[in-house]
Amino acid sequence: MPMLIRWTGQNAVAAEDPFTAVADETDVPRGDVIVSLQRFQTEGQRLIAEGRKVGVRIEPSEAVEDIAADLPNIAVVALAFPKFLQGQAYSSARILRERYRYQGEVRAVGDVLREQAGFMARCGVNAFEAADGSTPREWGHVIGRFRHVYQRAADGRAPAFEERAS
Amino acid sequence: MYRYDAIDKEILADRVAEFREQCQRRLAGELTEDQFKRLRLMNGLYLQLHAYMLRIAIPYGGLTSGQLRRLAHIARTYDRGYGHFTTRTNLQLHWIKLKDAPDILAELAEVGMHAIQTSGNDIRNITADPLAGINADEADDPRVWVEVLRQWSTFHPEFSFLPRKFKIAVTASPADRAATKIYDIGLRLHRNAAGELGFEMLVGGGLGRTPYLGPTIRQHLPVRHLLSYMQAILRVYNRHGRRDNIWKARIKVLVASLGAEAFAREVEAEWESTDKAAIDLPDTELARIRSAFIAPAFEKLPATSATFDAAKADPAFARFARHNVRPHKVPGYAIVDVSLKKPGETPGDCSSDQMDLIADVAERWSLDEIRVAYEQNLILPHVKLDDVPAVWKALDGAELATPNIGLVSDIIACPGLDYCSLANARAIPIAQAIATRFADPVLAEKVGKLDIKISGCINACGHHHVGAIGILGVDKKGEEFYQVSLGGSGEADASLGQILGPALPAGKVAEAVDQLVDVYLRERQDGERFLDTFRRTGMTPFKEAVYADAH
Repeated sequence: MPMLIRWTGQNAVAAEDPFTAVADETDVPRGDVIVSLQRFQTEGQRLIAEGRKVGVRIEPSEAVEDIAADLPNIAVVALAFPKFLQGQAYSSARILRERYRYQGEVRAVGDVLREQAGFMARCGVNAFEAADGSTPREWGHVIGRFRHVYQRAADGRAPAFEERAS
Repeated sequence: MYRYDAIDKEILADRVAEFREQCQRRLAGELTEDQFKRLRLMNGLYLQLHAYMLRIAIPYGGLTSGQLRRLAHIARTYDRGYGHFTTRTNLQLHWIKLKDAPDILAELAEVGMHAIQTSGNDIRNITADPLAGINADEADDPRVWVEVLRQWSTFHPEFSFLPRKFKIAVTASPADRAATKIYDIGLRLHRNAAGELGFEMLVGGGLGRTPYLGPTIRQHLPVRHLLSYMQAILRVYNRHGRRDNIWKARIKVLVASLGAEAFAREVEAEWESTDKAAIDLPDTELARIRSAFIAPAFEKLPATSATFDAAKADPAFARFARHNVRPHKVPGYAIVDVSLKKPGETPGDCSSDQMDLIADVAERWSLDEIRVAYEQNLILPHVKLDDVPAVWKALDGAELATPNIGLVSDIIACPGLDYCSLANARAIPIAQAIATRFADPVLAEKVGKLDIKISGCINACGHHHVGAIGILGVDKKGEEFYQVSLGGSGEADASLGQILGPALPAGKVAEAVDQLVDVYLRERQDGERFLDTFRRTGMTPFKEAVYADAH
C-alpha cells in the first residue's frame, strides 16, 4: 500500500493509504477511492451507497463550494497542487475547515514539497502525498519550525496577538 | 518606532535558522540551484548578472540610527561598501556571497530587521507615506496600519503562493506621498462625515507592461475591519487571478477583466461569509501597536529660529533650505531631506561611510530616526530649526546635501542592466548623464519641480509611467534604446504618461530632456510645473522639439 504523511496536530507520522486514486478514464476498482469532482457529481451517490469510503479530488480551477452539501459523506478531499506555485488550494483548504467545518481528511496531492508543509498544515491540510521523498520526521520539523504565528488560520494555533494578550 | 518584542524576535530567529539550513543543503549539493531558487526567493535573495543580490525590507521606510549603522556594517563587511535604496524603500546589496547570506540575516535580526517577503509571489514589504506622523495633513499615522499589515502578512499560510507578487502602500494624507494609485492595493486613510476613521480601498493599480491606476472598490471601510477585508480581497485574487501567463497574473488584470464593480461584489460576498471577529485585530493589540508610534518628546520651541535665518546669508545654505527643508507639524522643528542624487552618482546609492554619518546625524539631531522615501532619498524627520545649519554642514561634508529634492536632477532610476538580469537597458548612466546636465544648482532651481523616472525594462521598477518625464529602456536588435513618455504623476493627481515618439538611442536621451525642458521654459505660465504646462499644451510642442531633425 502506498504511504502518506499524516499530521496529527502534534507530529507527522507515516500512514498507509487505503484509498485508490482513480483516473476518469479507468473503471472504479473495489475499496476506498478518490475520484474527480466530475465523476463524483455523476457517480458519487452510487459509490457511497455501496458502503465504501469516497474521496473527491479538487483541481485548482474547481470550487470546493460545489461539494459543500456532500461534505458529511466525503471521507477525503484531495486538493491538487499540479505545481508548487499554484496556490489556489490553500484557500480551498481554509474554506473547507473554517466555513464548512469539514472534519474529514484534507489531503495535499501533486507537487507537494517539504517547504510548503507548514503553510498547508496551517490551512487545515492533515495528510500529504509528499513528492520530494521527505520523511515524516523532516516533514514534522518544517511544520513545527516556527514557535509563533501572526495570524489565525485553520489550525487553531493562537496568533501572536492572542499570546500577547494572555 | 515599533520595536520587536520577544515574539517578533523569536519569529525572526526561527526564520534565520530555517534559511541557514536551506543554504547548507544547497552548499552541500543536496539541493539543485533550481530547487533552491524557490527557497531563496522567499528570503529576498536573487541571483543576478554578477552575484547574489539581497533585498532587505525596511517596512514603512522607518529606521533607527542603530539599524542604519547595522546596514552600513553589513554592506562594508559582506558587500562592496555601499547599498542601493529602492522605490519600495528596500535596501539592495548587489554583491553578496551565498555562504554569507544566513549570517547577514542573523545580523539583521539582531536589530529587528529582515528580508522576509522581499521577493516571491507573496505580500511584499509594505510602504507608507515617508512623512507619517510628522505632517499636519494626515488623518492618522499610517505606520500603525502598516505594522498591523506587516504582522498579518508575514508567512501568511494562505497567501504565500499567489498568482504573482503583491504590493501594498498606505497613506493618510490627501497629498498621497505613497503613490497608492499604482499599487496592487492602495489604502487611503480618511475620516468620513461622522468623523470615523476608515480606508478608501483602491485595488488593481500597477505599472509594468499594462499600467493601471487603481480604482476604488470601497469608499470607507471602518478601520477595525481592515484584516478581514484584506483577506477577502486576497482570497478572491488567489482563487481567480490568472496563473497561465506571467504578464497577466497581477491583480490589476483580474480587476480590469471583471470590472471594478463586479470585482468589488465578489470581495463583498467573500467578506460577508468571513468570520470577521476571528480575523480582525482586537482593540488591545491595535492599542499596543499604536503606542509604539506615539510622537517622540518634542521640546517646546519658538516657531522661528534666529540661527536658521542667519545661516541663510550663505546662498548655498539658503538654497538647501529652499529645497531640502520642509515644515514639521511641531513648531521649531523641520523635516530635512538627505539627497542620494548627487549629479554623476547612482540614484539611491549610499556608501557605508555615508550611512554611518547619517546615523550619527540622526542620533544627535533627529531623535534617532531616519526615513526612506520611495524617491530613493533619505529623510531626517525631526530636526530642530536651530540645528539645521549644523546638519547641513555635516551632510555637505559627505556629499549628501545636494539641494535638488523634487528638482530635475532628483531622478528615480532602477539598477537596470548594470546589475539586473531582467533589464533590457542600463538606467544608471542615463540618469547620470541627465543629472550632470542639470548639475548647476541655479539652472536646476530655475527649471523647478520636475520628476524624471527611469526603468531599464517594462517591469517598471523605476516607475517611468508616472514620471513627468518617464524613460523606459528597450532592446532594439541588441542595442539599448529609450522610449520617452510625458505627463505621468504618481501623487494625488495621478496619471499615466503618454509616449512622446519613437525610442531614442542612448546618446540622445539627455539631449532630448534638455530640449523638453527648453520647451517647458518657453511655454510655461506663472507658477506652472513641467507637468502643468504639459497638461495645458499637450504633446505637440514637445514632440516637435525632440524630433525636429527627423522632419
